[in-house]
Amino acid sequence: MRALLVLLLTLAAALPAAASEIVGALSQNRVSLTTSFSGSEILIFGAIRRDPGEEQTAETDEANGATDYDVVIVIEGPRQPVAVWRKDRRAGIWMNVDSMAMASVPSFYAVATTAPLNQIVSPETDATYRISARQAIRGVTGDTAGTPESALFTEALMRIRERSQQYLALDRWVHLDRDILFRANVRLPANLTEGAYTTRMYLVQNGAVVSQFRTAIFVRKDGVERWIHQLAFDQPLLYGLLSLVIALVAGWGASALFRMIRQS
Amino acid sequence: MLVYLPIAEISTNILTLLGVGAGVGMLSGMFGVGGGFLITPLLFFIGIPPAVAVATGANQVVASSISGVLAHLRRKTVDLKMGTVLLLGGLIGSTVGIWLFRWLSALGQIDLAVQLSYVLFLGVVGALMLQESLRAWYRTKKTGSGRRKLHQHTWVHALPFKMKFRVSGLYISVIPPLMVGAVVGILSAVMGVGGGFIMVPAMIYLLGMPTKVVVGTSLFQIIFTTAYTTVMHAVTGHSVDIVLAFFLILGGVIGAQLGTQIGLKLKAEQLRILLALLVLAVCIKVALDLLIQPGELYSIRVLGGE
Repeated sequence: MRALLVLLLTLAAALPAAASEIVGALSQNRVSLTTSFSGSEILIFGAIRRDPGEEQTAETDEANGATDYDVVIVIEGPRQPVAVWRKDRRAGIWMNVDSMAMASVPSFYAVATTAPLNQIVSPETDATYRISARQAIRGVTGDTAGTPESALFTEALMRIRERSQQYLALDRWVHLDRDILFRANVRLPANLTEGAYTTRMYLVQNGAVVSQFRTAIFVRKDGVERWIHQLAFDQPLLYGLLSLVIALVAGWGASALFRMIRQS
Repeated sequence: MLVYLPIAEISTNILTLLGVGAGVGMLSGMFGVGGGFLITPLLFFIGIPPAVAVATGANQVVASSISGVLAHLRRKTVDLKMGTVLLLGGLIGSTVGIWLFRWLSALGQIDLAVQLSYVLFLGVVGALMLQESLRAWYRTKKTGSGRRKLHQHTWVHALPFKMKFRVSGLYISVIPPLMVGAVVGILSAVMGVGGGFIMVPAMIYLLGMPTKVVVGTSLFQIIFTTAYTTVMHAVTGHSVDIVLAFFLILGGVIGAQLGTQIGLKLKAEQLRILLALLVLAVCIKVALDLLIQPGELYSIRVLGGE
């Protein structure tokens, strides 16, 4: 019996990463962009399965001041190519003078954590797993990210997207219950792009990722919106003519209606 | 109450859209202008992407002009021959304008181009209109004045390819109307406006057309040019937002009816002074945006779309 316990403990010590696990789920993994769409609240929840060996040492860990688990949730929207433009004064007028193209930048990026990200994740881990928005962008801009010029553009991209609530840093947003259950409510904004929103959940301990879980939210236009969008791109001529007909009928119909009302 | 716009890909308050439509419709009913020059900057202001604002603005002008065109056709105050020549120029201009729009978008300078053309055209037209209407107002107060010459010979009459325009009572070269039409076509494609504010003065002062047929003929040209522009923007840029257009038009037609009623109660000279002030106000607003240092120097543009 004692021999078995020793064996288990050594196994647990040898495979720390495989020991504890994070498992997560979403309240919904399909978001429909319909006419009345005004943003959507998504509940992300899950559980941490602790490895049994560690549970026994938990008390001694706490006494030693060892850090507990933290959870980091990343929601990343479909990537798009963008150009960031810089304005400058030319002949007294503020105009775009300079730009930097970035091949693929997330259209939406939210990082929800149990504690401030820089306190629970080491910079190396952040870089490896591309957790913060800065790292997610740096991954695509590649080598040029080092030059001070391009750093300014990256900063600007982050700043603008943060202001428009497309990039969110949700510190202390994840609630951790008894170190086992976690949940977070993330609000997706109204200006969503169609596509797959990958959702990554990381179990973090001592600055390193112990376990991760991946899933996705599928955002697509639905109903009339979907039909209109498809028509506009698949049958642009028909679509253009349709918008003309609507304009003509509405413009003429309304004035005819008002004339009738006034005469009666 | 929010509505998701499928092409602009943002959701906006329905009441805001109806309000913008109704406000502009009211002014267009009061002054007899299409209102495109007001609606496009307002759409920029509420966060609609410039490409969508311009294309949808053109669509809205079609709706706000159709009842006017029908009324003028019924009253036979449309010079169809002149309108057709202007329209030919307009189609050429619009095609060039669409191409120019795409080229400037690719260069990242479309916002600047649109804003600069607003400042330039609204500034010049507004100032001319204000000066002219103030003088007319002054004249009606003083009574008794010099009469305008019925027929003035300018360089316009020295050009070749002359044509007879019976309704307008003109025998002039087709080159100036073609040029006027082309300029208006370019403006319609780049600025999302009908171009009435530039065509009406051009027809009166440059072509020497009688005032009676000017408005009807310009509306006739505008409706075809903006219709063509709308379809071209839809085909080349996929940038016409039918849902956005619908709410703008809905607000617009209601506003236009109110505006017409108000317009009937005001004197023509007062109306023209008000319109001139309005045009100048939009011009100054856009100019200030260009001259004052913006709070954010950087801007993001998503490339490629789909």
